[in-house]
Amino acid sequence: MTASLKGRYGSGIAESSTYLGQNYLIVDSSLLPELLLILRDEQQFDYCVDLTAVHYPHRDKQFDVVWILYSFAKNERIRVTTRIADGAALPTSTSIWPTTNWLEREVFDMFGIRFEGHPDMKRILLPEDWKGHPLRKDYGIIQQDEEWVHINLGIESGQ
Amino acid sequence: MTDPTTYISHLELGEPDKTYLDSNELIINMGPQHPATHGVLRVILKLDGEKVLGTECVIGYLHRGVEKIAEHRTYTMFNPYVDRMDYVAAVSNGLGYCEAVEKLLNIEAPPRANYIRLILTELNRLASHQLWLGTHALDIGAITPLFYLFRDREEILKIFERYCGARLTTHAFRIGGCQYETYEGFERDVEKFVAFARPKIDEYETLLTTNRIWLERTRGIGKISAADCKALGVTGPVLRASGVKWDLRKAKPYAAYADVDFEVPIGTNGDTYDRYLVRMEEMRQSLRILEQAVAKIPEGPIMAKVPKVLKPPVGEIYHSIEAPKGELGYFIVSDGSTQPYRLRVRPPSFVNLQALDLMVRDQLVADVIAVIGTLDIVLGEVDR
Repeated sequence: MTASLKGRYGSGIAESSTYLGQNYLIVDSSLLPELLLILRDEQQFDYCVDLTAVHYPHRDKQFDVVWILYSFAKNERIRVTTRIADGAALPTSTSIWPTTNWLEREVFDMFGIRFEGHPDMKRILLPEDWKGHPLRKDYGIIQQDEEWVHINLGIESGQ
Repeated sequence: MTDPTTYISHLELGEPDKTYLDSNELIINMGPQHPATHGVLRVILKLDGEKVLGTECVIGYLHRGVEKIAEHRTYTMFNPYVDRMDYVAAVSNGLGYCEAVEKLLNIEAPPRANYIRLILTELNRLASHQLWLGTHALDIGAITPLFYLFRDREEILKIFERYCGARLTTHAFRIGGCQYETYEGFERDVEKFVAFARPKIDEYETLLTTNRIWLERTRGIGKISAADCKALGVTGPVLRASGVKWDLRKAKPYAAYADVDFEVPIGTNGDTYDRYLVRMEEMRQSLRILEQAVAKIPEGPIMAKVPKVLKPPVGEIYHSIEAPKGELGYFIVSDGSTQPYRLRVRPPSFVNLQALDLMVRDQLVADVIAVIGTLDIVLGEVDR
């Protein structure tokens, strides 16, 4: 499967390999969302298990965005990773797997990565007017939006 | 390409306009303080009289930043935190986490540890389903089952307490196996519990399965098709009740599940009643698994050889298990240090809750309560 994808997209697929028995692809963000659609329709990855991101502040392209896909027919999982710079947006995959609706909102909430075309791109776990994205590496573990806490909770600090 | 808004509504919640009082549409809040939302879940309902036109869930009231905490703890130190996500199925959370880290370290728990894990996890599945049935029935108006189920769940919690000292947030497993050897009489206790619980499940069924009120409140309510379940990533008993025979214990066996014989029950209609039947049958299958596991439990060590300081090699891993609520996964990125570089939890409750909107559209307000109950969510896990 990965060979045929590589044949079709060439250098767009930077890496396709296996680690500890788990397959993964590292792809160029320009191939999205077509590649995801092909994985769903041609390779039968009809269930998007999870969507998340990882922050590497010292890299040029700071974020890894990871889709974990599963195929009921083949009983197989695959991870699709793409790398994007801080401030760059990705096309939404809600029209491919509606389950990514909340997952994309969570990635936006925690990392500040926007998904273009998402029907309702807003925070999901934190309050809507909160400042900062906590799962970025430069966000401290006891850091908080003190102004928000002060105004909304009427206390100096939540710690 | 599908239109995502057919699955999840997008409510326009602006200021009420001048014609607000003339219109039949009404927007009201259910929760966050509402006994039937099973925690701090707020659902905004758009109603036409009693009919639900659309919903929007507001979550995050219980957000504790578990994933951020993980990045600042060692692999061992983070272990007890996972129990606090789905706190009614803490053992399953621990199992998923320990197995994920073991995979990353390339070690395997010894067979005896795997059996102990299997027994405790299945007991926990029963406890979780019992709590679900008790509260779900209570929400719908049947009070008696709650008392029966809490009485019987107590027997499971007693076994947990005797095994590791805790009843709810057990922290029963360690990376590489189990911390504690089973206590004297553990097998006998489990056998006694199986003999005790089997007739009890029939008893719950006599209370509900053919009960006229129960049938009226659950049949045809909150229907969801198999295709919609897959599109929305819904897993666990909800997916199986829609007719998909898929269970991670069979699809990708872990612990000692490959050694035991059990059936995966499925439903046909995908309604609240079918989900009830599926979970009841799952409880019986859990008893079957327990019976076999106790008879087969091997002798031997309970901990693999694990270094004192855990430093997994650089790499990424995704491992998931069949928790009582669905697929519970851990995605861990290691940078070779003692702390996870990134730890992501794939919570079944969070993903399943997305289906609420589709399931209650065009139904009555009272059915929203039934559907929240049948989804079996735990807000500790939704918000993490």
